[in-house]
Amino acid sequence: MKIRMQVNGAARELETEPMRRLLDVLREDCGLTGTKEGCGEGECGACTVLIDGKPVNSCLVPVGQVHEAELLTVEGLSDGELLTDVQRALVEHGGAQCGICTPGIAVTAESLIRREKNLDHARIRELLAGNLCRCTGYQRVVEAVAEAAAKRGGAGDE
Amino acid sequence: MSEFLSPRTLAEALKLRSAHPDFTVLSGGTDLMVRATERDYPVGTIDVFSLKEMRGVCESDAALSIGASTPYADLLRSDVVLTMLPNLHAAIREIGAVQIQERGTIGGNIGTSSPVGDTLPCLLALDAEVELRSQNNTRRVAYSDFCTGYRKTQLGADELITAIHIPRPAKGTRLFWRKIGTRRAQAISKVMGAASFRIEEGVVSHARIALGAVADRPRRVEAAEQRIQGEKPSERLATEVAAIVRSDVKPIDDVRSTASYRLDVAVNIVRRFVLELV
Ligand SMILES: Cc1cc2nc3c(=O)[nH]c(=O)nc-3n(C[C@H](O)[C@H](O)[C@H](O)COP(=O)(O)OP(=O)(O)OC[C@H]3O[C@@H](n4cnc5c(N)ncnc54)[C@H](O)[C@@H]3O)c2cc1C
Ligand code: FES
Ligand code: FES
Repeated sequence: MKIRMQVNGAARELETEPMRRLLDVLREDCGLTGTKEGCGEGECGACTVLIDGKPVNSCLVPVGQVHEAELLTVEGLSDGELLTDVQRALVEHGGAQCGICTPGIAVTAESLIRREKNLDHARIRELLAGNLCRCTGYQRVVEAVAEAAAKRGGAGDE
Repeated sequence: MSEFLSPRTLAEALKLRSAHPDFTVLSGGTDLMVRATERDYPVGTIDVFSLKEMRGVCESDAALSIGASTPYADLLRSDVVLTMLPNLHAAIREIGAVQIQERGTIGGNIGTSSPVGDTLPCLLALDAEVELRSQNNTRRVAYSDFCTGYRKTQLGADELITAIHIPRPAKGTRLFWRKIGTRRAQAISKVMGAASFRIEEGVVSHARIALGAVADRPRRVEAAEQRIQGEKPSERLATEVAAIVRSDVKPIDDVRSTASYRLDVAVNIVRRFVLELV
């Protein structure tokens, strides 16, 4: 099947089996290996990307479903070497250790901050419950996201 | 290569469904795509996730209708779901995490009809009807009849689940939901319960009590419902109803829990529902 999609602002067109996982197409066909596979069953969130602005597990989406969609992966967050405020906060707070969960957390957190104002710690924990991390114990992740959210002054898009 | 069909209208989807009864119906994929790489690709797929006619919430005087392809995230943002059906809203809030809620749909929960499907006890407690459509027919089936066994339904090979219709709860109705799992988010339920009680002049005039994860399918506890109907809520009534649940429900042991734990939890959930009325 011919798939046309926007990935991080650039148009892509490829011919592939439509039931392949979006995760595999991103990593293998698009060379975007920032998106990670942790579990392949929707539990860990390491594969989170935004489809039309919404956080989803790319291991559960067949690529046929993103024909004509707009995707954002972790590669599309930073501007070259210039990290986003969320990414910087994760670094500064020690919210990234081994790093396998970090792309998924950065992408999910970005979408949350864009969509919701007044994110307190409890709400951040609820919204990040689908992003598992074996290293940080979450506290530093939550602090980092809270700081980035506060700095953007609750100026959500919606 | 497998065939992937993305109909733009419901009419087109129903035509494709009847032409390809062997194709898989795909909505949000949060059941179908789990560990997808361990299986062969299906021969063909009909994608109904983005069908506009199968999305959204529609309120009338008599009922609330929910399009089968409406993702949970949209239902959580719906004020009418929150105010009219707070138990369904609470159940959905505990499903998966945000990534699952953006993709998972109520039609998919019904299509899978797993004993641990979290919306399903609510649908039973709310007397919900499933709308099924084929090219030449539309029918409505009570959810209690739609699910016929362990992950079995009476969906026809030429049919799609198009909507779910929930009668507006009568004045004086109290709705309840309780899920017990290992943690709040992303945990498959060990036991869950939903209930609907209408109180008129201090007496329960209508009762529905439904449980999940205690049988091969979500089920009502009719004997307990009958015991409550016509009664004034009291601590004694709660104890009696709990005893009925204890003798009527026969859960199983599995990896997530044991039969005896599940039974204790089911009994306690129902007792608390009744105590809330006192
Ligand atoms: C990590 C994770 C956590 C989860 N947590 C929960 C939870 O807490 N509670 C819970 O209940 N579930 C949970 N689920 C299961 C799943 O998210 C839900 O069952 C969801 O409602 C499925 O919807 P879907 O649109 O993704 O279904 P799909 O996977 O697209 O389809 C599911 C089934 O329904 C059929 N189907 C779908 N739509 C239609 C239609 N319109 N007509 C006919 N057939 C149709 C499909 O053919 C398939 O058999 C979880 C899943 C994952 C991966
Ligand atoms: S790899 Fe997709 S959720 Fe874990
Ligand atoms: S930093 Fe290692 S899993 Fe999160």
